[in-house]
Amino acid sequence: MNRRQKEKLIKAIFFVFALISVVILGLIVFSLFREGLPLFKKVNIYDFIFGLEWYPTADPPLFGIFTLIVASIIVTIFATLIAVPLGVLSAVYISEIAPQVIKEILKSSIELLAGLPSVVLGFFGMVVVAPWMQETFDLPTGLNIVNASVILAIMAIPTISSIAEDALYAVSREFKEASYALGATKFETITRVILPSALSGILTAVILGMSRAIGETMVVLMVAGGAAALPESIFDSVRPMPASIAAEMGEAPYRSAHYQALFATGIVLFFMTMAFNLIADYISNKFRQVGSGTL
Amino acid sequence: MPPRYPLKAKGYKELTNVINKIKDNSMQWRYFKQKIFFGAVRISALIIVLTLGGIVFHIIFNGIGVISWDFITKYPTDSMTKGGIMPAIIGTLYLTVGAISVGLPLGIVSAIYLTEYARQGKIVRIIKVGINCLAGVPSVVFGLFGLGLFVVFLKFGSSILAGSLTLGFLILPTIIGAAEEALKSVPQTFREASLALGVSKWQTIFRIVLPNALPGIMTGSILGIGRAAGETAPIMFTAAAYFTSKLPGSIFDEVMALPYHIYVLATAGTNIEQTRPIQFGTALVLVALVLGIDLIAIVIRSYMRKQKRW
Repeated sequence: MNRRQKEKLIKAIFFVFALISVVILGLIVFSLFREGLPLFKKVNIYDFIFGLEWYPTADPPLFGIFTLIVASIIVTIFATLIAVPLGVLSAVYISEIAPQVIKEILKSSIELLAGLPSVVLGFFGMVVVAPWMQETFDLPTGLNIVNASVILAIMAIPTISSIAEDALYAVSREFKEASYALGATKFETITRVILPSALSGILTAVILGMSRAIGETMVVLMVAGGAAALPESIFDSVRPMPASIAAEMGEAPYRSAHYQALFATGIVLFFMTMAFNLIADYISNKFRQVGSGTL
Repeated sequence: MPPRYPLKAKGYKELTNVINKIKDNSMQWRYFKQKIFFGAVRISALIIVLTLGGIVFHIIFNGIGVISWDFITKYPTDSMTKGGIMPAIIGTLYLTVGAISVGLPLGIVSAIYLTEYARQGKIVRIIKVGINCLAGVPSVVFGLFGLGLFVVFLKFGSSILAGSLTLGFLILPTIIGAAEEALKSVPQTFREASLALGVSKWQTIFRIVLPNALPGIMTGSILGIGRAAGETAPIMFTAAAYFTSKLPGSIFDEVMALPYHIYVLATAGTNIEQTRPIQFGTALVLVALVLGIDLIAIVIRSYMRKQKRW
């Protein structure tokens, strides 16, 4: 084998391994479908997604995950509402305002926050935040939408902050200088020049933060309370999709309808987060800033 | 003494007058807005730091009491209401080592292809989208995937092997990202100099590019290790045991793991209220382990940035 062939062979081997991520995605779809799709021989797909009753162990069992989907969406929206201002403002602080020392401290804090295991945050929400909330607001339970959203927001902040920060750094210097040269204050430069030109990056950050929140499991499992009903107030317990999967998989008999229904819930969850990620990917590519001429 | 404006009928009119005056006085108004904005920005940064500090402090404060040599070296006793957490620590170590030995080689090879060989095009685009999507897959879906593929389809059973593979795939995007970054930061001139000496491409990669990128790759992998050690949902159905009376004998055995142990003690254990200190203690060990790993990575990275030779 001469040198050129060898090079080609090596390149081919590397290429095969580089495909691993796509292959794993394929395997995820394969194993979810293999275990989950048989459910739809027994249950109508419309009843599954829009059914309001989730009684998997009743006789006959009812598999309607609409309340779970609603729960996931609600906690994700509330978590986003809390996490976006904090995440984006802290990114602005890091990239534009903070002095070097504070910047390092804040960046490390955010990184460590991202590193906190989700089970620890869930535990914290369960044994510290929940009793406090129950007492302070005189509620039947502290394990509810608000509590879960706050803890989820803590998990989403690092994602939003670090991606938004990258987007803010990428804004070219000339823009800022031009703005200052026109006599704009720093505040005006940030809100009228820097933030708008980093908008696509910030949007990506927000969407990825949401994707993080909707897929997060341990927090909603331990903190959301677990009631599979449509909530009437923000202090009601809910049962988001990941919580339902994680809580029930241990008890569901192997290859029973219940087991299959949990995999089918996983399919819904997987495609929802996939959609979030593809949208984020589309935005960050479509509106990528190329050179200083595009705003 | 500044004049006071009571917020009532007549006073309100005067107040709006004052605001209008400030607004007319343009520079002052503009800096006032800036001050408010900067205040909000600083407060949000403060909230983040305090949240982290508060959580970590609370766990240390409540958990430090049960930490002792026995706690980290003994088996749990009395249906896990007393005793230590040694098997969970060992189990987490096994799973983490397993995960990194799956994720690291695959991640580095992927990153080398993407930075050194690939030309921008459809296939690279697909691979990159694939990596991004993989990074976004919820951890519980990874758990289902591990259950469906490794435990059921490949018949590994609930085992260290199944758990390690699941976790290894979970941290793959993190490692690819870090390795790509590190490879890209090696100056192009290094490669050119090597190629100009007649060295083949893959030798250039292995002798020149990789050694220079290695510290960066290592930092990224350390962050991956931290991630793998702390995940719960992916190992719930693939590796974690409620309780084992002895350490695993092979990679086909189930293990206890720290994150799962916390979850079990806090939600399904006997005497949940009374074992709170043990729960906090276990959480403290896990937080110390994970944040310790992350801190090492952060320190190495900032040290390396200062040491950079090019």
